[in-house]
Amino acid sequence: MSTARVGVITFPGSLDDRDAARAVRLAEARAVPLWHADPDLHGVDAVILPGGFSYGDYLRAGAIARFAPVMQELIPAARAGLPVLGICNGFQVLCESHLLPGALIRNENLHFGCHDQRLRVENTETAWTSEYSPGQEVVIPVKNGEGRYVADAATLSELEREGRVVARYLGVNPNGSMNDIAGVTNEAGNVVGLMPHPEHAIEELTGPGTDGLPFFTSVLKRLVNA
Amino acid sequence: MSSAPHIDSVSRAAETPDERQPYAELGMKTDEYVRVKHILGRRPTSCELAIYSVMWSEHCSYKSSKVHLRQFGTKAPESDALLVGMGENAGVVDVGDGWAVTFKIESHNHPSYVEPYQGAATGVGGIVRDIMSMGARPVAVMDSLRFGPADAPDTRRVLPGVVAGIGGYGNSLGLPNIGGEVVFDESYLGNPLVNALCLGVLRKDQIKLATAPGPGNKVVLFGNRTGPDGIGGASVLASATFDEESQAKRPSVQVGDPFTEKVLIECCLELFAADVVVGIQDLGAAGVSCATTELAAKGTGGMDVRLDLVPLRDETLRPEEILMSESQERMMAVVTPEDVDRFMEICAKWDMPATVIGEVTDTGRLRMTWHGELIVDIPPGTAADEGPVYDRPYSRPLDQDELQRRDPAGLPRPDDLRAELLRLLGSPNLASKEWVTAQYDRYVRGNTVLATPADAGLLRIDEVMPGAEPSTRGVAISTDGNGRYTRLDPYAGAQLALAEAYRNVAAVGARPLAVTNCLNFGSPEDPEVMWQFAEAVRGLADACQTLGVPVTGGNVSFYNQTGSTAILPTPVVGVLGVIDDVTNRVRPGFTEEGATVLLLGETREEFGGSEWAHVAHGHLGGLPPAVDLAAERRLAELMAAAAAEGLLLASHDLSDGGLAIALAESCLTGRYGCRVTLPADPFVTLFSESTARMLVAVKPGAESRFAELAAGIAVTELGRTGGDALVIEDLFEISITELRETHTSTLPAIFD
Repeated sequence: MSTARVGVITFPGSLDDRDAARAVRLAEARAVPLWHADPDLHGVDAVILPGGFSYGDYLRAGAIARFAPVMQELIPAARAGLPVLGICNGFQVLCESHLLPGALIRNENLHFGCHDQRLRVENTETAWTSEYSPGQEVVIPVKNGEGRYVADAATLSELEREGRVVARYLGVNPNGSMNDIAGVTNEAGNVVGLMPHPEHAIEELTGPGTDGLPFFTSVLKRLVNA
Repeated sequence: MSSAPHIDSVSRAAETPDERQPYAELGMKTDEYVRVKHILGRRPTSCELAIYSVMWSEHCSYKSSKVHLRQFGTKAPESDALLVGMGENAGVVDVGDGWAVTFKIESHNHPSYVEPYQGAATGVGGIVRDIMSMGARPVAVMDSLRFGPADAPDTRRVLPGVVAGIGGYGNSLGLPNIGGEVVFDESYLGNPLVNALCLGVLRKDQIKLATAPGPGNKVVLFGNRTGPDGIGGASVLASATFDEESQAKRPSVQVGDPFTEKVLIECCLELFAADVVVGIQDLGAAGVSCATTELAAKGTGGMDVRLDLVPLRDETLRPEEILMSESQERMMAVVTPEDVDRFMEICAKWDMPATVIGEVTDTGRLRMTWHGELIVDIPPGTAADEGPVYDRPYSRPLDQDELQRRDPAGLPRPDDLRAELLRLLGSPNLASKEWVTAQYDRYVRGNTVLATPADAGLLRIDEVMPGAEPSTRGVAISTDGNGRYTRLDPYAGAQLALAEAYRNVAAVGARPLAVTNCLNFGSPEDPEVMWQFAEAVRGLADACQTLGVPVTGGNVSFYNQTGSTAILPTPVVGVLGVIDDVTNRVRPGFTEEGATVLLLGETREEFGGSEWAHVAHGHLGGLPPAVDLAAERRLAELMAAAAAEGLLLASHDLSDGGLAIALAESCLTGRYGCRVTLPADPFVTLFSESTARMLVAVKPGAESRFAELAAGIAVTELGRTGGDALVIEDLFEISITELRETHTSTLPAIFD
């Protein structure tokens, strides 16, 4: 097992934290639990913000989590290059924290939807996608009620121009996201937000396949090579 | 006293023996009220009346069903697996490697009609807390739902709300929803059924019980603050028939807060792991009344409570209202004085309000005070366990014989079997329920091995708990019920519900172990309904005994009727099973070519209560399919053996819609079609609903070994998997594309 340590933040209302930790372990790194109220990253080499409904998300998804004590440490660290992956609610928190552009709003059909989703990995240069081949098509579950990615026209064209769309929905767009966007990255490529759940596609037994595992092995490879 | 001049204290009650009390308005009969006076030797205080009225309501006391439910105990089969049986919050079953599972199903029918979203949401919340109170981590939910006709206007109000409520609450708790049912029938139009099941996992030496032993131990109320939610809900909402006034009841449905429940789950598990809980009880129907009386009755026998210490969301609440409030997301724990600090520390970590409100005593009395004044002083067992018991009269319905004589054998049969298959496949009861199940998270926690449309939900056991060891085991669960069968013959109908759930668990390769049930019926005061109930319980108890699967608990829901018209009698039965190596599970669907498709079991001409008679003719009559429990058992043993040896590519139980639907669904779930030949009369072979049957696809090379294992069971070779169509030789073929279009378009067309 590698000595790389990947932190998984638990906010009250986080749901997929142990799934993310399991994915880290299957990628042969150490999963380190991080607590929302503890303003300390405990020296981890990368951080995952898992899915769920942080603080109930009764206000706006991710809006309260953005102010959690642990985020006050994470935000500057991410700006300084720490690899950070936000999945679903984590993506929403990253947008609320302005580590990623755009926002995630209520799905177009107003329903929560859980599906096995076809995706195309568009950018394999990020910290979290280097183990995919460019344009690779994968199947990864998507499950959200507020997963519709939106951004203003200038931001959208910048994202497209700079190749910062990490993954795109293929076939049915499950939530009405602009440009079928399923995930985006920051300019440096260390921060990735993703609406689908790669941690639910890491074992043949429990998922639609293992197409999600490379997200977790990618960051590990980057850490080992760093 | 000056701060609360109009409190009806115990001393005041003694001084004013003849004061008129609103017992009838609280749903209490005169003789029940007289009995309370006899128990107390005086008239009850208003708070005591509140306690007795909710605890003796049908919902809490099972007063009309108790005499029948006893059979689940007296006829219980010997079982090494049963760790906790009926009478606790939920039964607990040993699944091996030191692991145990607890599971239970409960109704939230009436609230879900009044306010579909919150009614269904709080139904999930309530059953999850039942599971938590056994010391378990809740790990999955499923829902058994029944509505009026799919295209009825009110169904379009109720169904989307119920589904969104289940999803909104369950998804926020991080519990995968792994199965269940959605059934449409005219009889549920004014009275939908919303039955929620929860499954929990615990170490078998860590079971918690609802008990308050040890005088001096502290009573802690934790979770949400108490507000004016569902006051009187237990006795008013859950026991009154719907009529024109139901709109006025909207405010009495509780409102759920799934975020608090999620935090409460994590908080409880940390409390259990720290071993600072002596006894625990959730607050459900009848709230503080129920928790205090039940804990005290099962413990040392006494408890002193300062009711004015209960944290309130609404400071104007009176003590009677606090006692009856059904505010959600609350728990009550009994904690030793030494552990109180640690208990409070853990609650503080999770920002969970917790308050010591009382103490265990050995007085044999439940005593409550309100700002120093004694307002309750009762023997707790008289409220919790010694409620009234009614042996209500029952009689076979006058139309039962005529109904059974109305044989479906004479119904016109179709010439075009291809069209008939598609008609059934697209009918609301058989059509894809993806519109519903896609609104539920099936993946969270990462242990879901099988979920809808598999016959049973299947979970890997993989939890982090003190003393835990890794396990290869999996737990399978399925719920089933058929109101039409039960209407035609309630004794057989309940057995058929059990048989199907049992078969579904067997279909994935698991060994059925234990049973939970939710018995949904009309008014017990109607002798014909009571007969249906008595027959169904007798049938279920007998069948559980024969199949060797004990009933571990459940729930009775009476008064499911609109005006004087009862719903179809609907016992919903949940069966839990275990598979020793979860990687050996058998999947649904033809996922590979070249497997041998076999029909296991015997097909007879059985159309009474069938989906075909319902869809094609709107017909209900005759007798339901014959029950053959010995055959069910042999079939289950065969499936477990074949799964363990890895002989099967796929399996699917035969039930509603018969072989036709099983074949179509197997093509739809996998990627491949199949080419089959029917052995006998095509119509009967395709659509009969004979029981104890299974469709399997045997892996190439495993045929002879499977045949050896199947000795003694009727096996009919139908054909092979492969191609992109369902091909019935000499009759018709339907492409998977057309099957899918027919199967998946029905519900979206109605509800989108």
